[in-house]
Amino acid sequence: MTLGPEEWEVVRLSLKVSAVAVGLCLPLAFALAWALARGRFPGKVLLDAVVHLPLVLPPVVTGWFLLIVFGPTGPAGRWLESWLGLSFMFRWTGAALAAGVMAMPLMVRAMRLSIEAVDPRLEQAAMTLGASRWRTFRTITLPLALPGVIAGAVLGFARSLGEFGATITFVSNIPGETQTLPLAIYSALQVPGAEPQVVRLVVVSVLLSLGALIASEALARRTGRGGHVL
Amino acid sequence: MSFDLCVERQLGQTTVAAEFVADGGLTALFGPSGVGKTSLLNMVAGLLRPDRGRIVVAGEVLFDSALGIDLSVQERRAGYVFQDGRLFPHLRVRDNLTYGAGRAEGLGLMSLDEAAAFLGIAHLLDRWPRTLSGGEAQRVAIGRALLSGPRFLLMDEPLAALDRARREEVLRVIERLRDELHLPILYVSHDRAEVERLAKLIVEV
Repeated sequence: MTLGPEEWEVVRLSLKVSAVAVGLCLPLAFALAWALARGRFPGKVLLDAVVHLPLVLPPVVTGWFLLIVFGPTGPAGRWLESWLGLSFMFRWTGAALAAGVMAMPLMVRAMRLSIEAVDPRLEQAAMTLGASRWRTFRTITLPLALPGVIAGAVLGFARSLGEFGATITFVSNIPGETQTLPLAIYSALQVPGAEPQVVRLVVVSVLLSLGALIASEALARRTGRGGHVL
Repeated sequence: MSFDLCVERQLGQTTVAAEFVADGGLTALFGPSGVGKTSLLNMVAGLLRPDRGRIVVAGEVLFDSALGIDLSVQERRAGYVFQDGRLFPHLRVRDNLTYGAGRAEGLGLMSLDEAAAFLGIAHLLDRWPRTLSGGEAQRVAIGRALLSGPRFLLMDEPLAALDRARREEVLRVIERLRDELHLPILYVSHDRAEVERLAKLIVEV
């Protein structure tokens, strides 16, 4: 089984979109996970619900929201266009944004679990030894939570690779620009006689997802107590 | 005067309160489980804020609700030995021991090698905490507190998790700390024999 040039292009684009999505979401996901694990503030339940919304909403609805907010006339879209020259419509950047939004809940969940598994009494011990809050975070909390953070990132990456509904709604299905693996499989299914191509793309898709899941679970195991992702 | 305490703190339904003045050496807080002995140590360490009162250790005011003084945990420089050790699981014994050594510069009681020899843990330096026995872990925890340049020691039932033989081993270490380092020690226990053997002053909570 060998992939043709168009298929390699699809795989390459999928990996790029997912990597950018996860890379940009990582700091925000960690901040949200931290706030949900450790924070005490009014509206925490609401924030928790909003973060998890893309997990339960029909993806087409999330895609429509993205159009409204990040489209050329949307509030965020207009702002990003004029200040950063960043546009999303029919572009791979839009596919990355959709993938990131859809992956966010999974990333936050995994990171939150690993932050919650860090014993605050160890942080207290560090502070009695003279460590500042920042040093305590850097040398105790973060290293102990790190396997879960990495696991969350890998899981988010796998989720991004599989993103379909929000992407096709938001940025359509354009070969070479927004056509990631699932969209290419969908397109191939519409063409009579393209079954071999479908099978090849499906095999790549399954292998990538399986690899990401196994990597994420293996990393989470290293956190010890309650560090399951699956 | 090593410890001069008068504090009160409401915790749920119970009121944790204590008032005593200790002269030096080892002062024991003695009483049954659940009366708030650990909470008192946490108040001295700066981990728990008293509702009102005053905490003076070795002449320095750490907390005074009337004067609005409340030093941070880091500023208090307590060497806290916790009941459960609380060694950092991702750091080797050596790095656990030196974790607080940065602030001890020039004020350190002893070097890493001296502490390791004093506590009999020199052979454990490259081990991970999870591979230590209870007695070994507790001696490492004591070493970590000593190497952080503490002005006083807080010890919360350091023998509770240990069997008979190990208790004796750690008890001797504590006696040497008391007699050779001249640090004020506040020691929590619910074991009368242990407290009578170690303490100069016993405060019943």
